[in-house]
Amino acid sequence: MSPILEGQNLALRFVAVRALDDVSLALWPGEVVAIVGESGSGKSTLLRVLAGLAAPQAGRVLYHDADGAAQDVHALREAERRTLMRRDWGFVHQNARDGLRMGVSAGGNIGERLMAAGGRHYGNIRTAAAEWMARVEMDPARMDEAPRNFSGGMQQRLQIARCLVTRPRLVFMDEPTGGLDVSVQARLLDLIRSLVAELGLAVLFVTHDIAAARLLAHRIVVMRHGRIVEEGLADRVLDDPQHPYTQLLVASVLAA
Amino acid sequence: MTDPGYNFAYLDEATKRMIRRALLKAIAIPGHQIPFGAREMPLPYGWGTGGIQVTASILGPDDTLKVIDQGADDTTNAVSIRRFFHRVAGVQVTTRTAEATIIQTRHRIPERPLTEGQVMVFQVPMPEPLFKLEPRLAETRRLHALGDYSLAQVKLYEDIARQGEGGSAYSHPVMVNHRYLMSPSPIPGFDNPKLHMSPALMLFGAGREKKIYAVPPYTSVVSLDFDDHPFRPVRAPHACAACGSTTSYLDEIVTDDRGGRMFVCSDTDHCAENQMARKAAE
Ligand SMILES: Nc1ncnc2c1ncn2[C@@H]1O[C@H](COP(=O)(O)OP(=O)(O)O)[C@@H](O)[C@H]1O
Ligand SMILES: [Mg+2]
Ligand SMILES: [Zn+2]
Repeated sequence: MSPILEGQNLALRFVAVRALDDVSLALWPGEVVAIVGESGSGKSTLLRVLAGLAAPQAGRVLYHDADGAAQDVHALREAERRTLMRRDWGFVHQNARDGLRMGVSAGGNIGERLMAAGGRHYGNIRTAAAEWMARVEMDPARMDEAPRNFSGGMQQRLQIARCLVTRPRLVFMDEPTGGLDVSVQARLLDLIRSLVAELGLAVLFVTHDIAAARLLAHRIVVMRHGRIVEEGLADRVLDDPQHPYTQLLVASVLAA
Repeated sequence: MTDPGYNFAYLDEATKRMIRRALLKAIAIPGHQIPFGAREMPLPYGWGTGGIQVTASILGPDDTLKVIDQGADDTTNAVSIRRFFHRVAGVQVTTRTAEATIIQTRHRIPERPLTEGQVMVFQVPMPEPLFKLEPRLAETRRLHALGDYSLAQVKLYEDIARQGEGGSAYSHPVMVNHRYLMSPSPIPGFDNPKLHMSPALMLFGAGREKKIYAVPPYTSVVSLDFDDHPFRPVRAPHACAACGSTTSYLDEIVTDDRGGRMFVCSDTDHCAENQMARKAAE
């Protein structure tokens, strides 16, 4: 078996900051990996580079598609990369505004990917949108309402439904529960966990919430100053952190 | 007689050549918007300067020009444009669709089927069909290049979800030659089917936005729709009060201040032809 996604020797430097400094990372089919680290450590940058949203200055990202062919994500033609992102991948942003079309109804948001994939049957699109609203525990009767009518937690559920409707193999999430009330966070995490298990998704998610990482992740990658300082099985990393930085992080001494 | 103070058809020959080059490109890539260096015209933008520049560039001394506005030949806008070209080009003008070689239009395509050799020139206010969905022009260009029109489909989805009907009354977007999404701005959806496989050449000029696009004769033009909500051209369900037509596109006219109204053909030439045929038959 080969990894579903591989980042090899990735580097990206902003004017004064090395946001990614020779980072390599592999994700396996069906695996859930959490990227943790304090604010500014390069988590979001790594996720965006791996998801093809930002180009690295060095290194490459390989995606192994369902047929087993390896695609160099940043060397693809734009049309191919867009197709890949919409067909095989999903991206859940921390801010619903970045992941939803705020001027389009909940149903239209979920249906967009189906239409992009060639869906031209209005009734089928609505049926699928209603099904996915139900699956993320939203009221399908509200499918014609605009995203702004929904709470922050519901908007994140909507983003998730919008990503999953085309049954991607790989989902990226950047702080999917960030900025939500604690109880809302817990319910959302439960939902993500059950969907991921049900669909056998590979998930790469960024969080500064150690509890979220423990709940969802099989494996944890710890970042600091644009480098991976430690990685391993979630329980091992959290119960027996090796790197002093991870020890601080687990002890919640470092604020995110 | 041509006004000797102007070059034939007002524009200088270099400008006409530049516009003709843009037109040739537009015809070669059906539905694709071509930028052109629009000139100032002696009319304000809302008056169809894009269409006027296209007409000026293709007009020859033997052409016969018809100008319609809302389907009528006798509105101020239509009359002034017709007069303008009569003065600066000395060409024949007509109100008869059958006699015209060039028809400049703002809102309609004539009811009488167009024939080979005829050219329609549309005055376009907004050439970009994705404009309301994606305000960044660079991004709309990218979407056209990728042929990625899911946004337009989402818009249609929203229209149906909201109004239960997919026929935007005007400017309903079309796929041209199975490749480019195009705005047939600002004709009613009723006229969209007339673009499909028309024997006439269709030229579109947007003066303010400085864009030209075209549909060559016998080109596929398909209105965006859903399989289970097929595009339906709609007209008011009445007969024309003047000629009795039950197939032409109708305008609603308020006849008094007590809510009285009637429906008549928007295409005045077509209506006159129908009335004449009716008289002849009586
Ligand atoms: N577009 C950008 N321009 C300049 N600096 C950036 C940009 N994006 C991120 N950075 C910098 O790169 C570093 C890593 O940022 P980021 O990946 O967002 O960290 P994290 O997600 O771990 O908080 C930070 O110092 C941040 O300020
Ligand atoms: Mg971040
Ligand atoms: Zn009539």
